[in-house]
Amino acid sequence: MTHHNKTVLGAWVTAIVAIAAFLAAAYAFTGGPAKPVPSPLTGVFLGKGKKCVAPVAIMRRYHMQFLLHQRDLTVHEGIRTQRFLLTNCVDCHADPKTNSVLGKHGFCASCHAYAAVQIDCFSCHSPHPQREQETATSAIALAPQHSRIAEMVSKTMVTELQSEPVDGPK
Amino acid sequence: MSLDRRQFLAVGGAVLASAALAPGMRLVELAEARSPDQAVTNAQRWGILVDTTRCAEGCSACVSACNKENGLQQNVRLDIRPQWIRTVTLQDEQTGYVQTLPMMCQHCEEPPCADVCPTGASFRRADGIVLVDRHICIGCRYCMMACPYKARSFVHENLTGQRADVPRGKGTVEGCNMCVHRVDEGRIPACVEACNYDGGKALTFGDMRDPASEIAKRLATQQSEEIRPNLNLDTGVRYQGL
Amino acid sequence: MKFTDFREIEGRSLGYWGLLGFLGILIVAGLAAAYYMESNGHHVTGMNNQIVWGIPHVFAVFMIVSASGVLNVASIASVFGRAMYKPLARLSGLLAITLLIGGLTVLVLDLGKPDRLIVAMTTYNFKSIFAWNIFLYTGFMVIVAVYLWMMMERRMNVFTKHAGMVAFLWRLTLTTGTGSIFGFLIAREAYDSALLAPMFIIMSFSFGLAIFILYTMAAYNLTGRPLGDAILHRLKNLLGVFVAAVLYFALVYHLTNLYMTAHHAFEKFILLDGGVYTALFWIGQVLIGGVLPLLILFNGQLGRSRPMIALAAALVLVGAFCQVYVIIVGGQAFPLIIFPGKIVSSSFFDGAIGQYRPSLPEVMLGIGGVSLAMAMTTFAIKVLPFLPLSLADEDVDPHHAAAAKGTEAAHA
Ligand code: SF4
Ligand code: SF4
Repeated sequence: MTHHNKTVLGAWVTAIVAIAAFLAAAYAFTGGPAKPVPSPLTGVFLGKGKKCVAPVAIMRRYHMQFLLHQRDLTVHEGIRTQRFLLTNCVDCHADPKTNSVLGKHGFCASCHAYAAVQIDCFSCHSPHPQREQETATSAIALAPQHSRIAEMVSKTMVTELQSEPVDGPK
Repeated sequence: MSLDRRQFLAVGGAVLASAALAPGMRLVELAEARSPDQAVTNAQRWGILVDTTRCAEGCSACVSACNKENGLQQNVRLDIRPQWIRTVTLQDEQTGYVQTLPMMCQHCEEPPCADVCPTGASFRRADGIVLVDRHICIGCRYCMMACPYKARSFVHENLTGQRADVPRGKGTVEGCNMCVHRVDEGRIPACVEACNYDGGKALTFGDMRDPASEIAKRLATQQSEEIRPNLNLDTGVRYQGL
Repeated sequence: MKFTDFREIEGRSLGYWGLLGFLGILIVAGLAAAYYMESNGHHVTGMNNQIVWGIPHVFAVFMIVSASGVLNVASIASVFGRAMYKPLARLSGLLAITLLIGGLTVLVLDLGKPDRLIVAMTTYNFKSIFAWNIFLYTGFMVIVAVYLWMMMERRMNVFTKHAGMVAFLWRLTLTTGTGSIFGFLIAREAYDSALLAPMFIIMSFSFGLAIFILYTMAAYNLTGRPLGDAILHRLKNLLGVFVAAVLYFALVYHLTNLYMTAHHAFEKFILLDGGVYTALFWIGQVLIGGVLPLLILFNGQLGRSRPMIALAAALVLVGAFCQVYVIIVGGQAFPLIIFPGKIVSSSFFDGAIGQYRPSLPEVMLGIGGVSLAMAMTTFAIKVLPFLPLSLADEDVDPHHAAAAKGTEAAHA
């Protein structure tokens, strides 16, 4: 191997290692699971129904995955199972006083303000309920869900339950 | 053609439904044959047939219905106001003959908007409805450049008061989506409903792939055409009396 | 041949920092404008549902096209083996990168959702020429960076030719890609032409070289380094050829359009009654950007005067900007012909000429992008040896020292 070739090889190896290290760091930084945060839910209206569509601890940690998954199914495949539909969440969780999930004590906004996580959902989606949900919610908790979501939910729940004890609602 | 299980079920459901129901009820029942749990398939292709001879000058029932159904804000400058459907007046250069017709997204089978979209936000759903996934639209407006029918608009300002079923917001591109939220519930688009109620009954909505549907029958037996046929886009909106 | 001595510029003078500071202010202003557009929405710009791409896109396309063109100087040296251009190759590569970054920055900051850039980088629709361009652009930067490194690292010099070849082929693809952004728009009269992609390539030659000449003249003037006539006259003659080629292509483009009856209305719009677009075409593109520079560059007297050469290059750029404006904005202003043979009217401006008035924030964003490219270049030549200490005739031209003065004309 000539001197030049060695240098070229070295350069390539360095470049590739650097890129890989960067990607790994980026992944570790963004991909790692978040630690549970203490509940900020004081003075916040929790919901009209008696029961959420999944255990609270699961929802706290994984609601965004559920929403994301449902979103793609709904937009691209027209699957509109109620269980993890954002409109359904809003219908139940909107504070009857403000009629919204936003605002200082809003279900979504208060927690996201506390966790300092920006949500972009409501620049497009309506934060106001569309239908009355008082009676419907427990039914929806048991309502059919799309099989692909069901699979994902049960998988998440199993890992979650195995890894650490689940704390109930505050 | 091989069908996977879901497609098979959808086809089966459609066949069953069409066999069992009275002709007038078929449209609604057909859409309901797909449960909310099932993905849309290409066993269906939704389309609209416009009979321009019935489209009265000065009527804008479809436009108002669309604005209302989709919560399109009207209090903005005309050049940036969203118009998912609009009435166009045509005057023949030679004869002076005047006619009006509604224009909207033509739901192309080969949509140029989807071809050019860098992220795949513009896409054609399996059942022929073309729409924008606003979650991944970056607002580049390339689709607006590419659309041959000027069917799209860009949200130029912050919005509030969106309809729950029709999320839309600043910085993304939008256009007629055939009231996809209604179609998924087995209902017909708002413009078609309004035209048949208040208007000249110029619009017919239905499944172009279902030989028993009114739209398919009329397409098969009457003259109709697509706009800009030379582009070969095989549009889902067809016109009569152009 | 003498070994070229590349050296960082000193860059400690008040003027240097003043220039960087000035560019910095423009960059900040551009960012502020982008933020303003982003938080208010595009209704604060002149763009609307008829003219969806405006001044930011003119700036961006202008810079991206120039970026690929400016690399030609390096290509001439390493691909076509012209030793005389070798000392210029580094600056050529540097400008290619910085102009591209400047142009892309403008393009990205004008998006409706610039915060979703990560989506654009991770979700691809491979049918879209836009998505291809994302690869072409990032690839171009990497390749030119490697190419620069091979030029600047003596142990790597042997590979320069290969890297140069790759970069050259890549840049041709890149400009074709940029031209195809428009060329694929079958729906619009203005862009429905196979000539668009090759026209963009020839445009890039001319725009890029004009920027290169201006930047070199300014840098050598301000740093007091010698810049000889031998090299300058070569460059300016080359520029003349490119300018003529751009004019020729514009002519062919419009002639072929005139040949197709379907495009008559569009041609009439641009060439005769398009108002500002007609003016920009004839006065901006043809006269200022074509005829005048040609007259200057090929005039025996004027073509030797440095201020005149600089003026000609500047005029080429003004014309270039007009040309891109006419292509992008003019092409959209002409209404879609959806119903041939009918007079069309609607509340959605069907059949009407699109109205567009560039707003201040848009212009500031564009200027910010240019400033970014210039600032990066100006800073880079301070920290790394991009510029030769001397471009005097006897340093660049191997034959010059030996040759009699009279033969210089032959080179020029
Ligand atoms: S009419 Fe325009 S927006 Fe609608 S599918 Fe065709 S190209 Fe896309
Ligand atoms: S504006 Fe949105 S939908 Fe249109 S091409 Fe760009 S990313 Fe796709």
